[in-house]
Amino acid sequence: MKNAPSTDECVEMYRKMIVVRSLEEKLGELHKAGKTRGPIHRCDGQEAVGVGATAMLTATDYVASTHRGHAHYIGKGLEPYKIVAEIFGRETGYCEGRAGHMLMGCAAKGMIGGNGIVGAGIPAATGMALSIQIQKRNDVAMCLFGDGAAQTGICHESMNIASLWKLPVVFVLEHNQYGLTVHHTGQSSVADLSVRAAGYGMPGAIVDGNDAVAVYRAVGAAVERARRGEGPSLVEAKTYRMVGFSTSDMGGYQKDSDIAAWRARDPIRIAFAALKDMVGEARLAAVDQAAKAEVDAAFEKAFRDPFPAFAPDPASAPYTEVS
Amino acid sequence: MALLRYAEALNAALREEMVRDPNVFLFGEDIGTYGGVFKVTRGLLEEFGAMRVRDTPISEQTLAAMAVSAAMTGTRPVLEIMYSDFMALTIDALVNQASIYEYIWAGQVRLPFVLRTQGGGGVGAAAQHSKSLDVFLTHIPGLKVVAPATPADAKGLLKSAIRDPSPVVFLEHKSLYNLRDDVPDGEHLVEIGKAVTARAGTDVSIFATSRMVHESLSAAAVLETGGISAEVVDLRTLRPLDLAAIKASVAKTNHAVVVNEGWRFCGYTAELSATIMDHAFDDLDAPVERVAQLDMPIPYSEPLEAVVIPTAEKIVAAARRALA
Repeated sequence: MKNAPSTDECVEMYRKMIVVRSLEEKLGELHKAGKTRGPIHRCDGQEAVGVGATAMLTATDYVASTHRGHAHYIGKGLEPYKIVAEIFGRETGYCEGRAGHMLMGCAAKGMIGGNGIVGAGIPAATGMALSIQIQKRNDVAMCLFGDGAAQTGICHESMNIASLWKLPVVFVLEHNQYGLTVHHTGQSSVADLSVRAAGYGMPGAIVDGNDAVAVYRAVGAAVERARRGEGPSLVEAKTYRMVGFSTSDMGGYQKDSDIAAWRARDPIRIAFAALKDMVGEARLAAVDQAAKAEVDAAFEKAFRDPFPAFAPDPASAPYTEVS
Repeated sequence: MALLRYAEALNAALREEMVRDPNVFLFGEDIGTYGGVFKVTRGLLEEFGAMRVRDTPISEQTLAAMAVSAAMTGTRPVLEIMYSDFMALTIDALVNQASIYEYIWAGQVRLPFVLRTQGGGGVGAAAQHSKSLDVFLTHIPGLKVVAPATPADAKGLLKSAIRDPSPVVFLEHKSLYNLRDDVPDGEHLVEIGKAVTARAGTDVSIFATSRMVHESLSAAAVLETGGISAEVVDLRTLRPLDLAAIKASVAKTNHAVVVNEGWRFCGYTAELSATIMDHAFDDLDAPVERVAQLDMPIPYSEPLEAVVIPTAEKIVAAARRALA
């Protein structure tokens, strides 16, 4: 089946998930040590969605991400070193330290980009798909968004327009059970948000968001459909946010039993179990070690990099240059 | 040169830019089959087809956000928002998206889109279809905001706006669409950020945009009968503001009246007044006089609306105060 990832692709997804997890854990440690600035939104436990959904995309396909985008960034091919440099405000970061962890973009890789306004990536991806359609390109736009973002008005408007115009966009709903600190049962009138796809006349599917291969298959089918010009799809990936909303979250509202149950279904553990007989534990151990070493090196290098020098923004000037 | 209505001049600009660049496309409510509620897009669906001229659902928030992301991915969208009052729905796309990316992504993307809308009162459209929300837009670093007063400037500024690599909000006025005047044929570009002297004078400078330029010209004619020579400067662009033109005019007349159809408190006249104080204080012989909308919702009934909206009479009175 064309939508099934090859063994090498599965190993690569496994590697990327470890990169993301290592990044998140290291950021958590640095936050505790008081060495981070601003809120950081970790995606521990959700790696299979971002990594699996983006694995079949090319650099000319676009991804609109969220405030919790590290797995999307790594999935789309961004380098850990430049991500870390951006998070720590360095000149060598993807945006020269101007954007930070939440708003990062890398146009060359089609990651445009992180977004701190919940739901804003949904019309953004829809507009990118419109642009692709008008230019008669064969690319697709993908939006990863959460169950919280699914409750916005722009989500409804965007899905209607995308389906009306058969835009090449894929809506990947990363259902992590929480919008801010409120459980989805306190936010949504329905448990399965993908049922809404029927209201827009587009296919809707539910997939195990902790199984990267399952995510790849479901999203891959939606990507191919979009490339064929048949319009958008909604894929709802069920997962769980293992850590708080952000590094400033005091916690206390997630049930220990839920956390334990989802920890047993850790996406990295699921990928390991599926791969160990196919490629052998030794290869996976080597991948694991290399991924962690890459992240450690990224932090070490980024911390040695200089901060950017301030320069005013000419495009923001209130007055025309005096001639 | 052709005698065109303001709406026809805008239509010519859109048509010429669509012919010139296949990545320019139009979308908005009623702009296709119907040709736009003010007929600015008349005939363009027939000429360019439904791929590039799109009627849309009534979804302003999403349409504005789509203009931003379409612009960063290779096209040049021109979005029409039917009334400037509805711009309130587009603010997130402008203040949290459009205005930030060129800077925060360190030049990785450009955002060449135009958001056209029309505002202003005087026609009994009531409190949700008459506002002048210029400052909602001019307050945002990273946006350009233009407001042409004449058919020729409407054409020249719209062509420049479409070619601009950055976001431009294009403010039209519902009372100007039928204004007829000479418009240069073909390639006619008006530089964004440049004011023009609509009428030269020596005693007092009146700074205005859009329909208020015409009210100011009427005021200048009245003032002339009283022996006062008023200069009317059409700013044309609200942001970035042509500071050099303002300074030059104030240096000549030593008196300033600033006019804007929007609300007074924290309004555009407040910024103009502060700008003149900051940059031309030594040239002033009297305090700057402001003419703006009363700080209240716009009433429907004609005599009530007339009290609230700035008029030539109010500009005349302000000029006389400045010279008293």
